[in-house]
Amino acid sequence: MNSNLAVRLAPWLYTAALFIVWEAAVWLFKIPIFFLPPPTAIANAFVEYWTPIYRHSLYTLATTLIGFGMAVGFGLLLGLVVGWSRSIYAGLYPLMIGFNAIPKVAVVPILVLWFGIGFVPAVLTAFLISFFPIVVNVATGLATIEPELEDVLKALGASKLDIMRKVGIPRTLPYFFGSLKVAITLAFVGSVISESIASNYGIGNLMLQAQAQFQVPLIFAGLVALAVEGIVMYWLMAMLEARMTGWAQRSGFAQA
Amino acid sequence: MSAFIALDGVSHAYGGLTDAPAVEGLSIAIEEGEFAAVVGPSGCGKSTLMKLATGLQFPFKGSVKVAGEEVTRPVKIAGMAFQAPTLLPWRTTLENLLLPLEIVEPHRSEIRRRRVEYAARAENLLSSVGLRGQGEKYPWELSGGMQQRASLCRALIHEPQLLMLDEPFAALDAFTREELWCVIRDLHAARKITICLVTHDLREAVFLADRVFVMSARPGRVLVERKIDIPRPRDLDVTFTQAFQDIVQEMRSHIVRARQ
Repeated sequence: MNSNLAVRLAPWLYTAALFIVWEAAVWLFKIPIFFLPPPTAIANAFVEYWTPIYRHSLYTLATTLIGFGMAVGFGLLLGLVVGWSRSIYAGLYPLMIGFNAIPKVAVVPILVLWFGIGFVPAVLTAFLISFFPIVVNVATGLATIEPELEDVLKALGASKLDIMRKVGIPRTLPYFFGSLKVAITLAFVGSVISESIASNYGIGNLMLQAQAQFQVPLIFAGLVALAVEGIVMYWLMAMLEARMTGWAQRSGFAQA
Repeated sequence: MSAFIALDGVSHAYGGLTDAPAVEGLSIAIEEGEFAAVVGPSGCGKSTLMKLATGLQFPFKGSVKVAGEEVTRPVKIAGMAFQAPTLLPWRTTLENLLLPLEIVEPHRSEIRRRRVEYAARAENLLSSVGLRGQGEKYPWELSGGMQQRASLCRALIHEPQLLMLDEPFAALDAFTREELWCVIRDLHAARKITICLVTHDLREAVFLADRVFVMSARPGRVLVERKIDIPRPRDLDVTFTQAFQDIVQEMRSHIVRARQ
């Protein structure tokens, strides 16, 4: 087979294979539907509950994207600040690591205390969970400027801002766009956590309700909806990355 | 008339006075238009010398003068090239060459208006090092030797009076290195520029330089100053003559002693 075609078809074939094996396993081992529903049952749930799934998915997508957007703005800014000065870097780094180590699920009750249930805590949880990789990546990009190049420019009288503009920021872009792929999927985790604890809307809440009513195929339909949204957003970020930083992706590694 | 670069009794330590100094009592004088080479054992402060002479570091003792002026800030009349070409991968080779002009005055404020003229200057420079028509390529499309040529061009684009080279050929294969020796030799002859070359390679130093300075082990200072009176223009064949070998031998014995 043409190897280009193989690469293009591979994702669909692998996904189809997963569902077929899943279906076969459920059927072979006679797994009850309330334990692990087969893909066909999940598909049925999708058809039956299409309207609520669609509405709650859009809601989750909206909270996730708003939280993610905040994370991009704040993460980029903080990353530049942290990368600008070694002392700020030294001062903020342990704080950020400590903050990142806190499970965000533990933060949700506090957010609810402050902002009530629903939209705001979901957005904030998505934001809190996804800004860290952006900060770290932007700061790393700045911290790894070649000292020789810095010398070349400094000897010409370049200010720190010049070096940042001409070298630092462009060279940080691949790190930045790379981190967006990580951050967007984390943002989904954040919003869904918050929705399943403290919201009346969103996929997280839908799955919680389905669980209460023992509609296991619907729970799985929610998971699949999330996975699809995650894949689409990740793919968008990857496209953006390739578009903005094509110069950084010239390796022929694993092209076969 | 004083020397173009004059370091007088210079001591410098990076971590302040508590650290072991990188150079101590270093005095060196390089004339205008001269090709000077500095050799010495590893860690002898050769790179510190570069930083002092370009105003990237300032000594805690002694004085550094370039072009008759005490160095108190980056000198701006110097171009620099290092072992790594450090070209920016998101710019074409030509755009990489223009980078210094976007930084240094008076070009900085004129680059918008005179971009075509500057681009032509960069093209000329590329041609002079054997990279005619390669300006539109990205650095990673060039071989290591070609990248290093482009890096030299970047150091020269603002027509500096002084060129500081820190082991610029160390990462290249032997044949490419010798090719680039000739490139730099011709640049020096054509432009009457003052060049200070820091290197580990004694043949390179003797072939290129008017004078070779041998530095001691850390803390570095000048042990020996040797005038190389091989007539110019020098051809690569000169490196195989007995006279040349003798000078290299002599330099080598100085270094061996400096390492002890």
